[in-house]
Amino acid sequence: MQDLSLHILDIAENATKAGATLIEIDVSEDISKDLLQISIRDNGRGMDEEMLKGATDPFVTTRTTRRVGLGLPLLEQAAKETGGSLLITSEPGKRTEVVATFQESHIDRRPVGDMGATLTTLIMGNPDLDFIYYSNLDGEEIDVDTRSIRGELNGSININDPAVINLIKDLFKKTRKH
Amino acid sequence: MAKLKIEDLKKIKESMKGTVNLRQGEYRVKITVHMGTCGIAAGARTIMTAFLDKLEKSGATDIILTSSGCAGLCNHEPMITLEVKGSAPVKYIKLDPDKADRIFDEHVLGGNPVADYALSIGSETTY
Repeated sequence: MQDLSLHILDIAENATKAGATLIEIDVSEDISKDLLQISIRDNGRGMDEEMLKGATDPFVTTRTTRRVGLGLPLLEQAAKETGGSLLITSEPGKRTEVVATFQESHIDRRPVGDMGATLTTLIMGNPDLDFIYYSNLDGEEIDVDTRSIRGELNGSININDPAVINLIKDLFKKTRKH
Repeated sequence: MAKLKIEDLKKIKESMKGTVNLRQGEYRVKITVHMGTCGIAAGARTIMTAFLDKLEKSGATDIILTSSGCAGLCNHEPMITLEVKGSAPVKYIKLDPDKADRIFDEHVLGGNPVADYALSIGSETTY
């Protein structure tokens, strides 16, 4: 993965396949603590303790199309390379949360990348699910909640219509892809 | 804070008035971008962006663009499955935005599969 936005896309794709209806993504930096934190929360089927233990083992995967699962191990590696960590918590049948922390200024911290492309790709591919996105990077806050957009559109246009997708993409125009 | 403006959404609603929104149900073509870990690492998101761009420019409302997981052919990523109703689905492999451009023009709009980039023609459909 070239940047963190691709990791986020990958982990959120896991959530869409775990039967989630709501996925929350939070990307925030805390300059005073030299921290960058990414969290991805979903209300899908969750994992039991045993599955949780194996989640960052590349040779554990739920899929049947291949025998390795690299999404979480790759994110864990990206975090650890900066002295950060990956924490996964889950309640079976309820929720899963993946939190990755990075030392913001670390030379090996990958850039955040294009979060606008990640969020719109998720919405395009999963128009029936809801996404809450919040980021606070470089003092620039971005807030997207597909539930309120859906409410505003009121069924007249689908959320995955290119016109709506482009509006969402435009919110990210000003941010530096740092 | 950057947030979607309600006025912008209203403008879109206005401009859409009177047009039948086919994206709600029936479709003629379905483009599925495989978005597993392997696909994403190989550039699947740029393929999604390329198709979205083409879709918007074409103004077509009978085309669905969506994503799915790993198809088990990780070495062939980025990959899409293209389904035209009534024809066998085609899997396109090792894509880049230029190839996506050509596939959209020739296959999605023109109805002629691009044999140069196809893995195989035929296999399961999702409809």
